[in-house]
This record gives sequence, structure tokens and C-alpha cells, in this order.
Amino acid sequence: MASYSTNEFKSGLKIMLDGDPHAIVENEFVKPGKGQAFSRTRVRNLKTGRVVEKTFKSGESVEAADVMDTSMQYLYTDGEFWHFMDPTTFEQLAAGKEAVGDAHFWLKEQDDCEVTLWNGEPLIVTPPNFVEMKITETDPGLRGDTATGGTKPAHMETGAVVKVPLFIEEGEVIKIDTRSGEYVSRVK
Amino acid sequence: MNWRPAANQDHLLARATLLRAVREYFDGTQALEVVTPTLSAAATTDPAIESFVTHCSDRNNSCRYLQTSPEFPMKRLLCAGSGDIYQICTVFRQGESGRHHNPEFQLLEWYRLEFDHHRLMDEVAELVSTVLQAFEMSAPVEFSRISYRNAIKQVTGFELEQLDYQQIEHILARHTVDCPLSANDPLDHWFDLLMSTVVAPSFAHNHFTFIYDYPASQAALARLRTEGESTVAERFELYYGELELANGFHELNDAAEQADRFRHEQQLRIERGHAKVPFDQNLIAALQAGLPDCAGVALGLDRLLMLATGTDNIYQLISFPDDRA
Repeated sequence: MASYSTNEFKSGLKIMLDGDPHAIVENEFVKPGKGQAFSRTRVRNLKTGRVVEKTFKSGESVEAADVMDTSMQYLYTDGEFWHFMDPTTFEQLAAGKEAVGDAHFWLKEQDDCEVTLWNGEPLIVTPPNFVEMKITETDPGLRGDTATGGTKPAHMETGAVVKVPLFIEEGEVIKIDTRSGEYVSRVK
Repeated sequence: MNWRPAANQDHLLARATLLRAVREYFDGTQALEVVTPTLSAAATTDPAIESFVTHCSDRNNSCRYLQTSPEFPMKRLLCAGSGDIYQICTVFRQGESGRHHNPEFQLLEWYRLEFDHHRLMDEVAELVSTVLQAFEMSAPVEFSRISYRNAIKQVTGFELEQLDYQQIEHILARHTVDCPLSANDPLDHWFDLLMSTVVAPSFAHNHFTFIYDYPASQAALARLRTEGESTVAERFELYYGELELANGFHELNDAAEQADRFRHEQQLRIERGHAKVPFDQNLIAALQAGLPDCAGVALGLDRLLMLATGTDNIYQLISFPDDRA
């Protein structure tokens, strides 16, 4: 089984801890004077998203997690699963609620997403950083008001609610930053 | 390719300024600048330090070790009558990499005849204060001293003798430090973890703290002193906040004891599965000839530069750190 020594630790590295795959968020090498060295890490449980502190003896080996990020095209949802396709092999995978999480607000058919696989099963779905979506419902726009900086809620086709400037109209397509859930610009 | 330096021009200048200030200081205090070999047939036996090793194809593949400290050859110079000496050199340690570590780094090491560790602490403070005048530090340069015993007591409320691994585990848990050690690990490793994660972080920020008189089991190359029932090692460390800067000894000059310590450490290396390395027989021979009473200290110049420039990552001060060397 593949393993990593603490000397190879760096942020992003995927390791197994207590039976769950974790990603290293931060690694700090500490060594007092002439003594034993330690790696103090913060690791994120990839199943639960929880971040915990974990200390290792320097030189200790930790099992590698068979975790792989792949780029896949989002196809559709049947209400229970979200279906993705590998664009090169055309192989399809279904991801459940746990893996998709809040990403479902930003999944648009045919968009390329990052699907993190653990032992070949979808673990996390990450939407593209920016998506373009159509507004299905919002208050009528205030024409010409491009300067006051006020916002109003707008409902997207996926159910997401985004704060948009007052001049945006229902039916318009807007660009959203999925990492913050914020409106970026109008798409013409 | 990442061919560009990690250190910006200001940081390259800062290092040059630091080196100049250090040399000026020693010029003014009559210490001789020396150069000793980087490659040695012997290695450090310290079980917590791993030497880089290289094989010489022109000499039957015999080994040469890159120095992890210039301590042994500098002591041989002292034994040969060099008088006070200092050296600025690059040292190499495997597996040490992080915000405060690069596998190769610049060390300032110096020795003063007839000094004990307290007098050398005075001088370390003087050197650091003098050198830092070349930089614009926002915080005043202040030093305090506390013994290892009292530093531990101040934070934990316990005397050293009262602390076993279970007590330490309890203290670590109270400070929410996750503990990778078990009952089988040496007690000193528990103390090391306690020092790094609880005691050192409690030192006053933007302030220099000397820790002195270490437990005899952490003597390294320091001489021991027995007072009543307790024996301490005449060793000190300098911290800035929780950043460790320097390690010094009132130097052990007993050849037989030094050889015993080397052999003991070799044994520990075998038990812990580390590479077996030859110890420096030349140092033992030199000590037999006689090391004058002296104290010596090694100070990490990259770390000193970190605080002089207010930089929190050592890589930003090194032209080409390990990830682009």
C-alpha cells in the first residue's frame, strides 16, 4: 500500500486517518533545539469537511489515500443522484447527496466539474469557479440605476439565490463566482 | 521552470548587511574567523539529526558526510591552540523543511575561552543587539533568562521530577495538542513535544528568552553540573518569541565522557532504526590532548534575518530554497 513519510507532507496531500480520507491543509515542521522533530498539521476530512489538528512524529509513515481529482461533465440529476461523464472514456458516474453537497446549486448541464474520487467512488463534487446562469425570478429592474450599489435577491434556475444589482432583469443570464456565491457580471 | 530567486532584492541586501555586521562585531572583539571542512569522514551521532551522505567513486565508494554543524573541527582548532574563533558556514540536515527550516542553512558558530554558558549568553545578547542596530526593528531588543526547570514549572505548575509521560499527556490535552507519542517513546521526546507546543509558545512575543541548564539527558555536548541531588547540563537556547535561534554549551572537555556519549547515541540510532554513522575519532583524540575551558554557541543566521526583516517564512530569505535549488 502506498504511504507518505512526514517529510513529504505538503498542503493538498491526501492521506488516510482513522479510516477516512483527509487532505493536508497546513503542515508545520517543529523541532525544539536538539530534540525530536514533529509535524503539526491541520487536516480536512474529505467526507465530512471537518478540519482537525493532527501531530505526527517526524519520519513516521502514513497511508496514502487513493484520492484523485478528475474533470467530468455534469449530465443531469434524477432527484437522488447527480450523473457525470468522463469526457474521454464516456464512462458515467453517479454522485449522491453527500458528495454533491451545496455544489448542486451551481451544477448546470454540460458544465465541466471537478469530481474527486476515492477508491473510484465520487467523494466531492466541485463546480467550476465561475458559472453562467439564468435568473428565473427577481423583482423588476430599476432602469438606469447602475450607480447606487443596492442589491436584491434573484432566484436561479437551479434554486440558488444570488444578490444582484437592482438593474438586473428576470430572464437575464449572469456570471457567478461559485466559491463565494456572489454575482460577478451580466452576460450579454 | 522556477528559475527566479525566492528572496527579493531587499532580502538579499539584508543578508549581506547581516554578514557584514557579524564580521565587524568579531573584528572588534578579537575572534579569529576560521574555515573548516564541509565534508567529513565522520558524522554527528545525534539521533535527532540526519546527515546527508555522499559516496566517493574515486576512493572505493568511501563515505563523506556533509557537516550538520562545524562544532567538531572547530573544537580541534581550539585544542590546537587557536584561541577565540568564529565561523560563518552552511550546514546541512536531512528532512528539515518548513516555515522555519531549510535543509541547508547558514550558521554562525563561535567559541570563547574561559567563558561559561552564562558569560556566553551575555555575549550572544550583545552580538544580537549590535547586529540588529543595522536594521529597523519596531520592537525594542530585550532579553530575559529562565532555567529549563523554571520555564516548565511556570507553564505547567510542575517540577521536572513530577512529570512522567502521563502527566505530560494530560497537559498537552489541556492545551489541545494532539499527541503522536506512546508510553514506549523516551521521556525526552515527551518533553520535546511539550517544549515545542506549549512552553515555547508561552514566551513573550517580540522578546528574546534564554533557556539554560537543561536536563542531563538533553546535554548533547555540554558539561554536567551537580548541585545537591540534581544534575543539569550547562547548555542554553535562545528564543525570539517561540522561534529558536541559538544553542550553546559550556563545552564538555572530558574525552572519555565524550566517547561514551557518542557510543550511547550510536546505540540509540540503531534502536530507533536510523542510519549507523561513524563518530569523530579525531575529536576524541583532540580532547585527550586537551580542550581549554570554553563555551561555544551556534546561531541560525536565516532565523535572525527573519526577525530582523519581519519575515515569517525562511524561504523568502534564501536565494534558492530547497524547492528550487
